[in-house]
Amino acid sequence: MERMPKWADVILTPLISLALAFGISALVILAIGESPVEALKVMVEGALGSSYGWGFTLYYTTNFIFTGLAVMVAYHAGLFNIGGEGQAALGGLGVALVVLALPWPHWALALPAAAVGAALFGALWALIPAWLQARRGSHIVITTIMFNFIAAALLNYVLVNLLRPVGSMDPASARFPAAVHLPKLSDMALGLGVEWGRNTPANVTFFIAIAACALVWLLIWRTRLGYEIRAFGKSEPAALYAGISPVRITVLAMLVSGALAGLMAINNVMGEAERLMLNAVEGAGFIGIAVALMGRNHPFGVFLAALLFGFLYQGGGELALWTSIPRELIVVIQALVILFTGALDNMVRMPLERLFMALRRKGA
Amino acid sequence: MPAAGAPHEVPAIELRGISKAFGPVQANKDIDLVVPRGTIHGIIGENGAGKSTLMSILYGFYRPDAGEILIGGKPIAIADSQAAIRAGIGMVFQHFKLVQNFTVLENVILGAEDGGLLRPSLSRARGALKRLASEYGLQVDPDALVEELSVGHQQRVEILKALYRQAEILILDEPTGVLTPAEADHLFRILRGLRDEGKTIILITHKLREIMEITDNVSVMRRGEMVASVRTAETGPAQLAELMVGRKVLLRVEKPPARPGAPVLEVRGLRMVDAEGVERLRGIDLTIRAGEILGIAGVAGNGQTQLLEVLGGFPEAGAKLQGELRLNNETLPLNGPGADGRARRRAGIGHVPEDRQAEGLIMDFTAWENTAFGYHHAPEFQHGVLMDNARIRADAMDKIQRFDIRPPNPDLAARNFSGGNQQKIVVAREVERNPDLLLIGQPTRGVDIGAIEFIHKRIVALRDAGKAVLLVSVELDEIMALSDRIAVMFDGRIMGERLPEEATTGDLGCLMAGVDPAVTPPEAAIPPPAAPGTDAGGGAG
Amino acid sequence: MDFATVIQILDSAVRLMTPLLLACLAGLYSERAGVFDIGLEGKMLMAAFTSASVAYATGSAWLGLLAGIAGAAAMAGLHGLASISFRGNQLISGVAINFLASGLTVLLGQKIFGLGGRTPSLSGAARFGEITLPFADTLRPVPVIGPVYAELISGHTILVYIAFAMVPLTWWVLYRTRFGLRLRAVGENPASVDTAGVSVTRLRYAAVMICGVLCGIAGAYLATGISAGFVKEMTAGRGFIALAALIFAKWRPWSALFATFLFGLMEAVANRFPNLDLGVVTVPSMFMNALPYILTVIILAGFVGRAIPPRAGGEPYVKER
Repeated sequence: MERMPKWADVILTPLISLALAFGISALVILAIGESPVEALKVMVEGALGSSYGWGFTLYYTTNFIFTGLAVMVAYHAGLFNIGGEGQAALGGLGVALVVLALPWPHWALALPAAAVGAALFGALWALIPAWLQARRGSHIVITTIMFNFIAAALLNYVLVNLLRPVGSMDPASARFPAAVHLPKLSDMALGLGVEWGRNTPANVTFFIAIAACALVWLLIWRTRLGYEIRAFGKSEPAALYAGISPVRITVLAMLVSGALAGLMAINNVMGEAERLMLNAVEGAGFIGIAVALMGRNHPFGVFLAALLFGFLYQGGGELALWTSIPRELIVVIQALVILFTGALDNMVRMPLERLFMALRRKGA
Repeated sequence: MPAAGAPHEVPAIELRGISKAFGPVQANKDIDLVVPRGTIHGIIGENGAGKSTLMSILYGFYRPDAGEILIGGKPIAIADSQAAIRAGIGMVFQHFKLVQNFTVLENVILGAEDGGLLRPSLSRARGALKRLASEYGLQVDPDALVEELSVGHQQRVEILKALYRQAEILILDEPTGVLTPAEADHLFRILRGLRDEGKTIILITHKLREIMEITDNVSVMRRGEMVASVRTAETGPAQLAELMVGRKVLLRVEKPPARPGAPVLEVRGLRMVDAEGVERLRGIDLTIRAGEILGIAGVAGNGQTQLLEVLGGFPEAGAKLQGELRLNNETLPLNGPGADGRARRRAGIGHVPEDRQAEGLIMDFTAWENTAFGYHHAPEFQHGVLMDNARIRADAMDKIQRFDIRPPNPDLAARNFSGGNQQKIVVAREVERNPDLLLIGQPTRGVDIGAIEFIHKRIVALRDAGKAVLLVSVELDEIMALSDRIAVMFDGRIMGERLPEEATTGDLGCLMAGVDPAVTPPEAAIPPPAAPGTDAGGGAG
Repeated sequence: MDFATVIQILDSAVRLMTPLLLACLAGLYSERAGVFDIGLEGKMLMAAFTSASVAYATGSAWLGLLAGIAGAAAMAGLHGLASISFRGNQLISGVAINFLASGLTVLLGQKIFGLGGRTPSLSGAARFGEITLPFADTLRPVPVIGPVYAELISGHTILVYIAFAMVPLTWWVLYRTRFGLRLRAVGENPASVDTAGVSVTRLRYAAVMICGVLCGIAGAYLATGISAGFVKEMTAGRGFIALAALIFAKWRPWSALFATFLFGLMEAVANRFPNLDLGVVTVPSMFMNALPYILTVIILAGFVGRAIPPRAGGEPYVKER
């Protein structure tokens, strides 16, 4: 017998968790002497009230879709990939190397190559923890944490000692040539004769992210590999019984996960900064955890959750600009979302299950 | 022999009207039980009859919804294990509750320390263990790490734990499931010794033989109810079995005589050493022919699980294998990627695994997804690069109908089906593929009577269709009823083969204990040392 | 490299290892009881903030320490609630706590002090002063022993000595007391403790709260001992290095001392020699900074002495039916 209907599991529990997270955030805002209603108004106006706000919101959303999908794919294989941050950072290195290696004549040629570079570097950075987990039983959570720090040190070294142009003081690569600048959504709108989101970073990568959602959905629910990933994630002994190799699935799932995290670099490095800088990922790898949890490990949920966090990020920036609330409020909200949808899931779920059981008994 | 409880004496335990429900499941219904002091009281019933729930209530794991518990004539509330221990109740669980990397001494004092510091507790316990060892034959090295002890010795540690806590009432839950017959004999001697010292013992089991051998009184549970309490001397196995299942057990499966054909599976000199270096299979030779069922009998833990896993293509990680497997005259690889479960299925081996919940099914997958599990590479389930889910679903509907799987809802997750219906999903998936060889382990564990008959019929039907079946079961009755030939496993070896019509339970029991009655008279035999990890029996035999 | 430089580097290593050691021992209690904790970083950060704030407000480093302990303990309580009471995912809870601390400290700091998340600089009694041990100055001229005693052993804040004293204390508690026996048992097989009539929940909460207290001291040391006030993100990954050290030490107290010293030493060397010239190769400081993580990965991979975590670690305890 099912404990509660599927719709309640898929929609109701995340909504309640979200409500709790926002409720507590509102209390925090009250506690620091500001008005939550006012704060929300500023955020909505700043993030969604103009095409300018949307341009930023969608830019952040794009980042979070990639990192959210990365966490999600690994999660289906029963692996908790906290290494999105490092994998996205390495993805940035892949993009920079590809873009700076050749005199690309046009962005449309450079984009697929850079995407391959980003995915490859991200995947490789996930490969070592995956292999260590599969072959040596090293806990992937710990190794991916360690690899985030190692990635930061590696990138620091590469930028300072290798990629930094002569004479520059910044620990950053050279600027990418204008030919490879990705079209912004605003440019595309102009092409259609619409004035939309001028001077905003949202770019063509947004569509790639949406395509990635669809492809990940196909991968997980419509392919044999996805079937095997889900089976392995639910039960390793059963997977072995069915002839599914744990090593193969662990490695493949983490490669896909790392590649997705790496792909984020198309958006932030190639699409926005147009050069590789230190700490380019800015925590998006970690937000992927919240996005995947919030989105119930489903690509459509991930898309919605990424949109929510994109809104929060842009709104948070506006808050810092117009009120005395620092943008770290967003980090608090993010923490509470992870707490309620992830760690305190049972707190929300158990009373709900009891409620539905009681309702059923009454109905029966 | 003490009288089975003089009526004027105050009983050690008395339960009155105990009821306990888990959601819609009534696990215990209005249970009455009287256990006189200084007796061994058996509680027998099928899996899921409510025995364990009842004992968990007695040990403070659950609170009863209704009813009263009297210990030594006084009503008490047992709110938690601490209260049970204070009331003088000790429990030996089926799965031991020991800390593997602690010493015996540390395990014994855990939770019963004398004060904040360990030293005084440890030295007191050392003395106490020495005394208990000589009193009851409970010898264990107090400084040994538990993980280095045999199963039999670990069980002794559990008993010592209870006695160290001054238990007057000792509950043992299926204590012989993991023991060799020699170890079981030793255990029974210990239990008799304890009883003669005035302790009260409750033995939970589903093995009729044990009840007849050691208990003074026996109570029978069925579907959460206590259906009878009788003196053991005044009853017999047939009557108890009938009480257990509620009707005459008909474990005689109707089947025509076997017509064995050509050998399907040949196993020669199969050896397996696990990751810890323990040799689990010590040179297995087997032949199974088309149209016959080979039953493998044996006490759990003598290599049957490993044999099935090796044949099914998923030996535990780090295992080293040696020997030869031939299926239909083709050599099957033992190692490498060509030896996994997928390759074995392709070669024509179906497998209903021993543990359907952990291995045979993905409990969170829907029924229809589970009906393709392991066969998800099959060409007919593919649609280009994608899986043909519509086809798999239609196929699942067909299986649900033909195997009468209930509820007939392919979208329900496997965990929401009953044990019997879960097993039907697995059997349907494996049998409907028409494998040349079907491996089937513990086919009816935790399965209701109706489903048992159905599954047994399917196995026989497969045999009659000219397929080979390798049946592994710890239920001797099931082996006797289904097999065309019986092989007995002990300590990673085939101890001997018998035909079911010639075999007696005594004969098979000897083989299961590692003694071949054809070679050595059982009385004179001292069983050879068991696999490291099981107890040698220390002079029992 | 002369003797004085060696002493200076070692002295710096001792200062740098102190928060690592405290956090590492904190994690040891929690993880030995079967509750994984990747939230050491967040607890330390919260403690650093609350201790600096209260120390500034009261002018007392000791009251600051108490506040630090309270701050970290609150976070530990949350971790306990999620991972013990509600049987949630301990790793996810740890991640949440790290973010919560990271956000709240700045949010509250900005509200209270308006300095962009910093606290004002602490001085005087609001900081833990350095303690000069007896005879430090008398012994100083004695060769070798003198400088070692006067500069390496003497001259640290009280929290450093507390941290070092925690090592034998932890060993003693773990292996010589009833509490320690039960703590280790609950991390290996909680059912053994439960069936013995001891509450798994209470034991695990106790371990998690001790973890909070030690993280509190670690955070207070960062903000009121080694530095003069709280700065945004001042833990800078130390919680994760402590976690690495815990694995490196295979969850054992004396090995934790060694591991944190090693990692402290690496940081001290990297600080002193940004580009360490070893003649053949020049080791960049980035490599030295990453070395603790690399070593931990190697240890985790089991190429040199496998690190096996407590058996019940990471699993919420559910009573069997």
